[in-house]
This record gives sequence, C-alpha cells and structure tokens, in this order.
Amino acid sequence: MNKSSIGARLAAAPYLVWSVLFVVAPLLMVVYYAFTDDSGNFTFLNFAQLGSYSDVFVRSIWFSLIATVVCLVLAYPVAYLIAMRHERTQRVLVMLIMLPMWMNFLLRTYSWMAILEDTGVINSILSKLGLSPVHMINTPGAVILGMVYNYLPYMILPIYSVLAKLERSMIEAAQDLGANRWQVFTRIILPHSMPGIASGLTMVFVPSVSTFYISQKLGGGKFDLIGDTIERQFQTSYNYHLGAAISFVLMVLILVCMAALNKFAADDEGGLLI
Amino acid sequence: MTGSESCIISLRGITKYYNGEAVLRGINLDIHDKEFITLLGPSGCGKTTTLRIIGGFVTPDEGDVYFNGKRVNDVPPYKRPVNTVFQKYALFPHLNVYDNIAFGPRLRKMPESEISRRVKEMLELVNLRGFERRSVNLLSGGQQQRVAIARALINDPKVLLLDEPLGALDLKLRKDMQVELKRIQQQMSITFIYVTHDQEEALSMSDTVVVMDMGEIQQIGTPEEIYNEPVNAFVADFIGESNILDGIMVDDLDVVMFGRHFKCLDKGFAKNEPVDVVVRPEDIDIVSVEEGMLSGVVTNVTFKGLHYEIIIDIEGFKWMVQTTDYWPVAAVVGIKIDPDAIHVMKKSKYSGAFGDYSSFSDEHEKLSEPDAKPEQPPAEEEIVD
Repeated sequence: MNKSSIGARLAAAPYLVWSVLFVVAPLLMVVYYAFTDDSGNFTFLNFAQLGSYSDVFVRSIWFSLIATVVCLVLAYPVAYLIAMRHERTQRVLVMLIMLPMWMNFLLRTYSWMAILEDTGVINSILSKLGLSPVHMINTPGAVILGMVYNYLPYMILPIYSVLAKLERSMIEAAQDLGANRWQVFTRIILPHSMPGIASGLTMVFVPSVSTFYISQKLGGGKFDLIGDTIERQFQTSYNYHLGAAISFVLMVLILVCMAALNKFAADDEGGLLI
Repeated sequence: MTGSESCIISLRGITKYYNGEAVLRGINLDIHDKEFITLLGPSGCGKTTTLRIIGGFVTPDEGDVYFNGKRVNDVPPYKRPVNTVFQKYALFPHLNVYDNIAFGPRLRKMPESEISRRVKEMLELVNLRGFERRSVNLLSGGQQQRVAIARALINDPKVLLLDEPLGALDLKLRKDMQVELKRIQQQMSITFIYVTHDQEEALSMSDTVVVMDMGEIQQIGTPEEIYNEPVNAFVADFIGESNILDGIMVDDLDVVMFGRHFKCLDKGFAKNEPVDVVVRPEDIDIVSVEEGMLSGVVTNVTFKGLHYEIIIDIEGFKWMVQTTDYWPVAAVVGIKIDPDAIHVMKKSKYSGAFGDYSSFSDEHEKLSEPDAKPEQPPAEEEIVD
C-alpha cells in the first residue's frame, strides 16, 4: 500500500468515492444527528431519552439471541449433511438452500402470516382433523420463527463452506489415533467449523437484532423491536435525532458482539473475516 | 492358518473392487515383527489400497486381514494397534505441535504430566526439541513430516504405516529422512510398513520389498534378491536399469541369445524353453571386437558423474552399458558378459513389454545431431530398429 502506482490509485478511486458517499457520509450523519438537537446544538439529550426504550433493546436482543441459537441448531446438521455429499449433489443442495432468498422478503413474511393466522393454513388443517386450533400469530414464537426462516441460509452457508473444506485425511488421522465417531466430531470437525459458526452467528444475529417489519406482521405490533422503533422515529415521528441515537447505540452493540465473536473464533483459528 | 509365529499381520486372498474394477487381486502377504517392509510399485498398482486395508480405512471385498492371528476385517481404525503417517501428513491445523502429538494419548486419558514427558521424548526422537508451542501451519514440509511421525509413534503402535511419507520433500531432505526413518524404526524396534513408488528408497531402507503391479504382488524378497534375481520383466525393469533380452534355455547353465551360447548360473528350465534374460548395465564389460562375445556400434554416450552410460547397437538391439571407460560414438566395440551377470527368468505376461534402450537412444540422437537433415522424417531409423 505504501508505494502504489498511479494506475493502482486510479483503479481504486471509484471504490473510494463509493465508500465516502455511501458508507462514511451516512455514518457521520448518524453521529451528527445523534449528538445534536433540532437547532443543531451539541447535546446528550437524545441518549438520555433512550432509557424509556430499554425494554425494546432487551426484547430485540433476547429474540435475536433465541433466533440465532435456533438457526445454529438447525443449520449445523444441514450444513454437515450437505458437505458430506458428492460435489455435484452439494451444488444442487446449496442452490435449494438459497432459492427462497430469491423471493422478496416481504412476500415471504406475508406468506407466514397466511400460514400462522387463527384461520390460516395450519389451523384449518387442524380443524379438519378435528383438533382444537392453536393461536400462533402475534406471539413471540411467530416473530422468532420469522427471523429463523428469513436468516437460516446465512447460518447454513458459512458453516457448509468451512465443512466442505475439511480434508477427509484429517478425519482418518483422528480415527487412526484412536478417536471414535463422537471424538472425531468434538475434537476435529467442531473446532474446524468454528470460523464458519462465528460468521454464521454474526450474519444471523446482526440482521435479526436490527430487523423491522417481521415483528409488525407476525407479532401484530405487540412486540416492538429496535428496527421498528427506529423506523417509527424517521417515518412517523420525524424525530431524526432520537432515531439516529438509537441507531448509534445499536451499532455500538453490534460492534461489541462482533468483536466478542471474533475473539472467540480467533482463539481457534487466528483471525477471521466478517 | 495365519502363518508363522513371528507374523504380526497376514493378508489372505485380499481382493478389492472400485467401480467394478479390481484394484487388488488375491493379495497374500505375511508381515513379520520388527520388519521394515516396503510396498513398491507404480501409481495405481494397489500399494496404497493395501496399506489402507491394513489401517482399516478400506474394507476388502474378498479375503481376510489377520493381526496376530485374529481376523480384524471389521475392526474400525481407532481400535487397531497400528498408526499411520499420511501422505500429506494430515496434521490438525487448529492444534499446535504439542497438542497434535498429544492427541492420541489424551484420547486414552493418559495423565497430562505423563503426556508432557512423552511428547518431549518424541520431539527428541524426531529432532524437534523445543517446537512444542509452534503452530503446525508455520512448519516446513520436513518438520511437519517429523511431527506426523511423532504423533503416530507416541501411541506405541506395534506397526507404523507410512504412505509415501517423503513424496513431498526435496531430494536432499528425502535422503536425510530415509536415514532417519531407518534409525527411528531400529530405535523403537517396531514394524514399519512403507509405501513408495521410488525404487531407490525401497532398496536402501527395507528389510523386505514387496513389488506390486496391477493389483498383484509380483515379487517378495530382500532388496538384494529383488535386484539380483527379479522374477519377471516387470520387476527387472522397475528396479534399476536392465537390458531384457529374448533367449532360449537350451540346457542347464546354457542360454542362447542372438544365436550365440552364453554360460550362465541358472538351471531348472525345460530344454529349449524360451526365456527372458536380464543383464544389468553395470555388469557388462566393453572390450575390443576380437575379445567380445557380441559386437556392435556405440550410438550414444552420456556422462553420469560416476560412470558413462553407453548405448551400443548390437544387431538392432540397443544395450545400455554403464562403465567408467569412455568410448566415442560410432566406435565399433565388443561386449563381454560373465556367467554370474546373466539372470534368466520365465516368460510372463510382461515379456516383450520391456526391452532395449532404442527409444532412449533415438531421442538422444535427434537432440545431439543438430546438423542432421531436419526435413527428413526419422522413419528410416525406426524401420532399422
């Protein structure tokens, strides 16, 4: 980087402009709004108001944590099974995992409403079978389900990609040294997949904690999450300063989580992407 | 039923198919305690599959594997008293040198103080003192190799399996490691089963060499036996350089080649049985035409350091001779072969597949004669051959 040629600098220029315009500038604006009042004076007042949103923060983090853990539990066996297949089968299965992501996010969430409603798909099947209906929509479970459904591929793919790179000879070497199947898993396969698990955790937790819309549609507005609160500040209350302050705190929270995760993964591997 | 007392591993009638193709056909092999045995052969000969069957990673389709007289076909790798040094070492990248070596003992719940002592001992054995905390990803190929050996040997295996362990190392390092492996084997006094395609490596390290080709064992013997008394043209050609000629065994101790009688030390063939005759290039003397048993023209001379490699065309058959005397190209010379330099073999499916050095000399003639008419195709030469 120290002595790059003019050509290299020119080639980098568009990216530099892009990041300044769309990354750095918006970040600075968030910081600016968060620390100013309506007349543009510096203030901490926006943050002082955050106390009344502590339940929203706690709920968001709690829901996202549950969703992330559920994703991990569901995704790991799937990723493992895909990685153990022949290469061509692997490609097809990965395609299938990604397929729902090609459909619009709102559409997918709407379909879950139709499935979970009191008179929805599941309950009409239940009543046809003569069973009593189950109330599912507008519950925390429905919101978490929405998160899991939408973000599951982001957990499967990174875990799959590290598992696919695990060499067969590692497993054989472990068996050769006396490890049974369970020991091969806990001592070789699991440690090897840590970087994938760490990026999966980040890639599910971060969008879950900042999501909006899912809880509005599947939670019936009863479970306000941070994303919904921020959206309301900008779209309904026009309180950019409070919205920016909430965003700012959320950003810091996410950074802290990622740093913790990276440290945890780095203990095993030595450095990580995301 | 499983061989002699000292026999630690026996293979009986092992056959293995991959996709309907037989990669091993009826392998029978006895491996003795404290033996350095090498499975030698070209790639695809079945040597690695044989090793993996012993390690338990591959189950034979037919035949049985015995350890100390007990059938172990269905015993999984982790329950077998053998350890393996894998081709690409297969060290665990998420563990450092110490933890890699301690992997086996920890599974067996050895106390950590004991493990620490043993790891130290092993690192000493493989000349890696003080490497405990290093990351295996930052070691050189030779060092990784040594860690792999230490990681296997710390489990006190009765038998160590080595799958082309030196294949990825450069020549100098490979030579050093050969000496070291032999030392380690003698120091630990255990059985080594070693797989390689490098005949020189096999000859210099082994007590017993098993030559394999096309899923079958061609010959089992000491390095000297394999070299001096190959059983067929394949073994003769694969191990070292050899001139392989057609001959007729007219009587005991008397073989005819090129219409001439040669005295030899071989007997027990049928009268007038067609045979393959091996003459090693270093066992041939170049003499004057009058003194020679056969005579021909020198077509190529290559300086090899220790000796000259001289190709002599005798009635269309190109002999390779290794000698310290220099003879110029186009010299007319005679050759002399002592009776003990002649080795007679029964005809086999390999007869005719290996012969003289005509391809060798042709290639060199073209390279070494830049003023030869370039337009003219070399068809004439080929017809002559």
